[in-house]
Order: sequence, then C-alpha cells, then structure tokens
Amino acid sequence: MTVFDISSPDQIKDALDWAISEKQSLSISGNGSKESLGRPMEVAAELRLANLSGVRMYEPAELVMKAAAGSSFNEINAVLHENDQQLAFCPPDLGPLLGQGAGLGTLGGVFCSNLSGSQRIKMGAARDHLLGVNGFTGRAQAFQTGSRVMKNVTGYDLCKLVAGSYGTLAVCSEFTFKVLPKPEKLRTVLIFGQEPNAAVITMRDAMSSVHEVAAAAYLPEQIAGRTNIDYVSNANRAVTAILIDGNGPSVDFRLNALRSMFDAQGELEELHSKRSSELWKFVSDVGAYVEDQRRLVWRVSLPPSDAADYIFRLRQQIEDLEYFMDWAGGLLWLSLPEGLEDAGQGIVRSQIRNGGHATLIRASSDIRSRVEVFQPVDVVKARISEKIREGFDPYRILNPARMYSIG
Amino acid sequence: MVMMPKPNEEVIAKRGYLVQRLRQIIRDPEAVIDEEAGLRAFECDGLSAYRQLPMIAVLPETKEEVAEVLKFCASEGVNVVPRGAGTSLSGGALPLADGVLLGLGKFNRILEVDYNNRCAVVQPGVTNLAITDAVKSDGFYYAPDPSSQIACTIGGNIAENSGGVHCLKYGLTTNNVLGVEMVTMDGEIIRLGGKHLDAEGYDLLGVITGSEGLLGVITEVTVRLLRSPQHVTAQLIGFPSSEQAGDCVGRIIAAGIIPAGMEMMDKYAIHAAEEFCHAGYPLDVEALLIVELDGPEVEIAHNNSLIEKIAGDCGASVIKQSQSEEERLTFWAGRKAAFPAVGRISPDYMCMDGTIPRSQLPLVLKRMNELSNKYGLRVANVFHAGDGNLHPLILFDANIPGELEKCEQFGADILKLCVEVGGVLTGEHGVGIEKRDLMGEMFSEDDLKQQQRLKCAFDPEGRLNPGKVFPVLHRCAELGKMHVHNGKLPFPDIPRF
Repeated sequence: MTVFDISSPDQIKDALDWAISEKQSLSISGNGSKESLGRPMEVAAELRLANLSGVRMYEPAELVMKAAAGSSFNEINAVLHENDQQLAFCPPDLGPLLGQGAGLGTLGGVFCSNLSGSQRIKMGAARDHLLGVNGFTGRAQAFQTGSRVMKNVTGYDLCKLVAGSYGTLAVCSEFTFKVLPKPEKLRTVLIFGQEPNAAVITMRDAMSSVHEVAAAAYLPEQIAGRTNIDYVSNANRAVTAILIDGNGPSVDFRLNALRSMFDAQGELEELHSKRSSELWKFVSDVGAYVEDQRRLVWRVSLPPSDAADYIFRLRQQIEDLEYFMDWAGGLLWLSLPEGLEDAGQGIVRSQIRNGGHATLIRASSDIRSRVEVFQPVDVVKARISEKIREGFDPYRILNPARMYSIG
Repeated sequence: MVMMPKPNEEVIAKRGYLVQRLRQIIRDPEAVIDEEAGLRAFECDGLSAYRQLPMIAVLPETKEEVAEVLKFCASEGVNVVPRGAGTSLSGGALPLADGVLLGLGKFNRILEVDYNNRCAVVQPGVTNLAITDAVKSDGFYYAPDPSSQIACTIGGNIAENSGGVHCLKYGLTTNNVLGVEMVTMDGEIIRLGGKHLDAEGYDLLGVITGSEGLLGVITEVTVRLLRSPQHVTAQLIGFPSSEQAGDCVGRIIAAGIIPAGMEMMDKYAIHAAEEFCHAGYPLDVEALLIVELDGPEVEIAHNNSLIEKIAGDCGASVIKQSQSEEERLTFWAGRKAAFPAVGRISPDYMCMDGTIPRSQLPLVLKRMNELSNKYGLRVANVFHAGDGNLHPLILFDANIPGELEKCEQFGADILKLCVEVGGVLTGEHGVGIEKRDLMGEMFSEDDLKQQQRLKCAFDPEGRLNPGKVFPVLHRCAELGKMHVHNGKLPFPDIPRF
C-alpha cells in the first residue's frame, strides 16, 4: 500500500489532490496507535502524519498552545512541563490497550477521537479544550476554524465537529488548544469494600460536595488487583477512588473534609501525588485490560446514576464480565470474553435505557467489520451527519466507513 | 447600515392565507399575531438600532406545534426567525418583513432537576437565572452567567453560546450543556446528547451551540449543574496604567491561579459606574481589576496573598479585599451596572464585543484611543480580562445625523483591529447582523463556504434566520460544486449584500 509520509501541510494537499484525481481513498493516522479503533477500511493509501510535528506557538501566560497534528504527547507534555502546565482533560494513552506501544499517541489522534481521561468530569473533554483547527477538507481545500482565544463565537464551531470525527471530515495539520496550570498537589481518597450501588452513591455525594472533586472511579476487586499501587492491589476488595487536586492548603483541607464525609463508608486510605498520578493513569489508559489482548473491550457512556443497575443487568446475561467505572459512574469500561456472539453488542447496547452510547474499542478486525463499532444513530441524525460529510468530503476519500458503514 | 435580504413579495402577498393556516396549527388562536400593535413587541432585539416588523409572529406551546409550524413554513417557502427573550446584542433575533417570527417564550417550564446526575432539564424559554434560582437552595447553580441573565433564555444562550464573567474558570454555554431536543426546518424532532457525556457519532450538539438560530429550533435543554462554591471573595485592584493591569492579569494566570472571574474597567467606565452606584471604586486610577476567587477559605487566602504580591510587583496603587458577601456584591454591582451607567452619561451607546490575545491589550487600547480621536466619539472599556474579551462602549447621539453610521464605522474598525492582532470578531455576543459584513475580515471565502455547507446539511433551503451571520447567501447546490469556469461566477443571481 502507498504510504504518504507527511512532513508539511502542502504534502497533505498533494496527497488529497492525488486521491481525488485517482478516485482513491485514504486512511489518516498519526503514529497508528489507534489504528484498530473503528471499522476496518479498504483504502488505496495511507496518510501518516507523525512527522508533521512540533510546537508552533506556546504562550503560557495566555494558556494557549498551537502544535502540528503529528506531535506526540511526550513532546507536548515535555514542553508544558517546563512551565508547570498540562492538558487538563488528561488524554488517555490507549496504545497498550490496543496492543501497541506506550507513548505513541499524537495530538491529531486524541482530538479527532475526542478521548478524555478521568478528569473529564471536572475539566471537560478534549473537544472543550480545542480552540482552533487548520487542515484540509476532502475537497483538498485548506480550511481553518476557530482561533487562538478562549472566547470566540464567530461563525459555527467547527472545532466541535472535527473533534470525534475520526478523520472522516478533514485532515488536520495543526491544532490550537487551551492548556492549564498543573495542580501543585494531588490526593486520592480510597474507600475499600463498597458494593457497586454504594460506590455510585459515594461518587455522587463526592461530586455533589463543595470539594471540587477532579475524578471518581470504582474498581471491583479483580480490577483493583491489577494496579501496581500496593494500597489498591493488596486491598483484596473493591476500591472507590476520589481525586482532588489544587494548591497545598486547599487540597489538605478538602482531603480531610472528604475523609470525614466518607468515614462511615468503610476503611479509608489516601494516595499522595505520585501514586495518585499512577492510579489515574491506570484508570484513564484502561491499564486493567492490557494484558489479555484476546478479550473484547467496550466503552459505555451513560447517566452516572444508571451505572450500578446497568452492570447488574449485564452480569445476569454475560458470564465472565469484567468492568470498572470512571467519571463517577458515567463511563464504564467493560471487558467481555472473546467468542461472544456479535461481540455482545446486543446486550451492551440494549441495556442502555436512559440515553448513552457504547463503542467497541477492542476487537479483531473480523468482528469490527461485522459489528457496529460506534453507537448507531437515529435516522434523522444519520441523514444530517451524512450531509455534513458530503459538505466536507464529497468524494468520501477520508477514512471511509471508519465510523459507520453508510456512505 | 447593514442591508437585509430583499423581502419576497410573493410570500408577503399570501400573508392572509398563512395566518389562517397557522391558526389551524396552533391551538391558541391568540398565539398567531398579525396585527401591527401585537407585532410591534417583536420588532427588534437588544440591537435596537435595527427594527423590522415581522410578517407574522407565532407563539407555540409544544414541540409538536413547533414542528408543524416549521414544516408548514418550509412547504410554503416562508422564512423563520426563532426568538427567545430578544436580548441578543447582535441582531440575531431581528425579524424579517417576509418571515414568521417564532417566539419560544411559552416554553418556560423547568421539567426536571436531577441531582443524582447533577443536571436539569428545562424548556428553552426558561431564563438563565431561573435555573440557578430553582436549585440554589439545594446548594447548586448553573455556571454561565451572561449579564442579561435575569431576562435572557437558555434557548437563546444555546443559540449564542453565551458566556459571562465566570467563563474563565467554568466555560461557556457549550461546556455546560449536556443535551438538547431540537426541531429541524423540515419539522423533524431530534435529541442530541442527554444526561450522559460526549456524543455518539458527530458532535452535532457542539455545532448547534452558537449557531445563532440558523440550524434548528431548540425545544428542550439539559444543562450541567455545579455545586455552589463554599466561599467567594473579590478583590479590587487599581493601577496607574492599563498596561500594568494587563500585565498583572497575565502574571496571575502564569502563577497557576485561575480566578472564578477577572474583570477590568478603564477610567471612563470606573467613573461612570462609581457615579451610578457608589461601589467604592477608587477614582484616581487608570484601570481597575475585579478578581473573584472561590473555593475553600484556605485556598482563597493562599491565592489572595499570591495575588496581592503579584499586584504589588505590577505597581498596583490600590488593593481592596471584600470583607463580606455584601461588599463583594457591591464590587460587582458597579461592573454589572457599567452599561446602564455609561448609558446615563450619553444619549446612546453601542456595545462592541471582540476577543484578543491578552498580550495585545496595551497595543489595542492605544489604537482604540487613536480611533476615538479620529471619529470624535468617546469610548469606555470594560473587559473580561482573564479571557481577553473586550467590551468597548462607544458613546454617540443617534439624533445627530450621521452619528450612528460613524459609530458603526468606529465599531467595525475596533473589530478589525481585534482580528489584526490575532483575535476574533465576537467573544460572546454573536455575529448576527451586526458583524455579518465583517466575517470576511476573519475568514477566507473558502472557509465561509465550508461553514455554509454545514447549514446546508440542516436547512438546505436556507429558511432559518436568513440574512444573519453570513455576508453572502450561497445556494447549497452551488456550494456542492464550487467550480468557477472562465472567471464567471455560477449563479450570478444569488443575493449578495
């Protein structure tokens, strides 16, 4: 297969011109760490953007950075680290989960899949931090949307559309995004031995408190045992984890307040900054499901209060279900045994009762070609989405059928 | 003056028939308004320099009625302008002479407050403040707080992606909305999002928010509720120059502090506000910052001492910390009353709204001063300093012939300046008609066409709110093809204004 190794925006245009004139389709990737996320595609050529990298503009006092789409997170984080700043939505590194190496993720990959880590419930999603996009549509036309300022309502917010479009609308060359100060201190309160129902209530109470909780997760015993943090892995019980961050005095105060709030819920422990970082990286990166690559992995977003009931219903129908909760119950990561008919999509999706969606994150390419990887949308939304795509990529040359089989 | 598309005489000619049919669709006969006295109430929004009676006004009560009205209008080739409370400052709800004005004021119920999922489901005609009022006794609030929050509706907030003084820390409307129910121009009802996070498929909710009523009509909204902070305090910090104040803002943020709000006023605005409501503002300073912090007391104390040190280093001449909730509100009363206060000292004023990279503030202020001298019109400045959102208030007298036009020209020059230094035409008020003809300053023709292709996906006939946001109305068929042959534009008859 032809590979276009892109190192300048002009080369993107050349590749698109070629694809249009030759009536050929392209797959778009950064480093390929999420190549297996989505429906398998038959394309004539691959557009690789990993060499289109580098920070174009960074103004720490303005909380803004612009960088090329192929820049790796390691590169971006190193620059931000020098100024005690970070990407506040804590982009997950799903490379290892998907059977790839760690640290391969690129800006383009994360923004185009709108994947966010555990802190999403407080800090917003990747899409909320995206301020501007430069790139090319499937018409091989340069396009630009948004800007470099935080507050901007000039014209339609096409950044939102690009985020989460999995490269089906445009090939992005540069992103401008918001960065935020790195919190001085992290603390995680651990509550041991809760049942899922009780954990959902605990997480609700934490999120509803005045203590500005940054993340809340529930790890059943089996999952907790897979972390490399002694307090969690040696607990031999389920662990509910509540993260707070901020400046020293504030974190100390809130930590004590949360500890007394949950004192009656069971035995408590706390993790300091380094271990907190490790635990939340394990949760965000779905570290629990890295080892056994054969199992199917689903990601389910639903109203947080539905989480425990949803799991209860699933367990009645799927033996050997593994799960854990992030986003205070609003995000469920499921691991299902291989060999399940339809990869379990019928059960996983039909049990979502009050709104939500499920994405098949890991499965063989054979399964991904048979099962809807992304949640099917209703007919009106599907029609509007196809027309949007028509506007951006009328020849359907960009990641065709990666999201949906239609079109 | 901005020109609107030429009204379609054929549509106007069948007004009687349209009224009759609309009365069959809408249950309440009085909710279809065709008399001039009744229509007068809708003739303008917050951009009152522009007025136009709608052909007909319709006030539906249910989403089914909205769907039927839109479907009917689509089939009759009639344009529709949706309207919430009509507080838009950019003319987004300006009626059309050949259009139906769709008022959503009757959608005024809070349908559900769900603390388990920290959200509320409300109808679009509920005011922004009413959401907070409904949940504040339980310790919650809805974060975006545009200054018109007492009157503006949540439906309008979605249309404009409204901000407010707290968006530096808590985001704009788009960051605080979880879902909507929406009716498309062809009368189909769809739900986008809900009580869960992030979208399945394309993020249509993200593009609906801030689309200025051009893509669909919102009939229900699910918003995120936040727990009210434990403590809130404000500091007034006065500086001998705007440059020092701007420098202080940058250094506070660079020190890792994200205040809940950070506002700046120039001397002219300080004096007007102080005279109007005696907020205790120092009068011997050139620029004043209001810095609000929220959180636990220990955090506020920690950050306050850091801010005091930074302010001192930047040359602050006055630092005053609110000692009570009452005093904090007084500090804000002056800022919130800045617009009416300026209104008192001038027969008319026009409020502009651009955003700039903060580092460009000294340059922009200097250039704005030069423009003020050039046009002979005074300007008072209030800014959402934390995020670089400027609100210059240009003072003028509409009774003096030519002064409105001069003021508009001055305003346009300010916005062009914002774009020139890397900023944008509008930070929170929207493009509407006010900045429509300036869109070319910020976007290339190709970029504008790409945006209009999005419109084509939702409303291919261009019936919803035409004449707003985009300076040239392209036909969707033309946007689909996009080829210029032998230098000749296709569709030479399309409206360009």
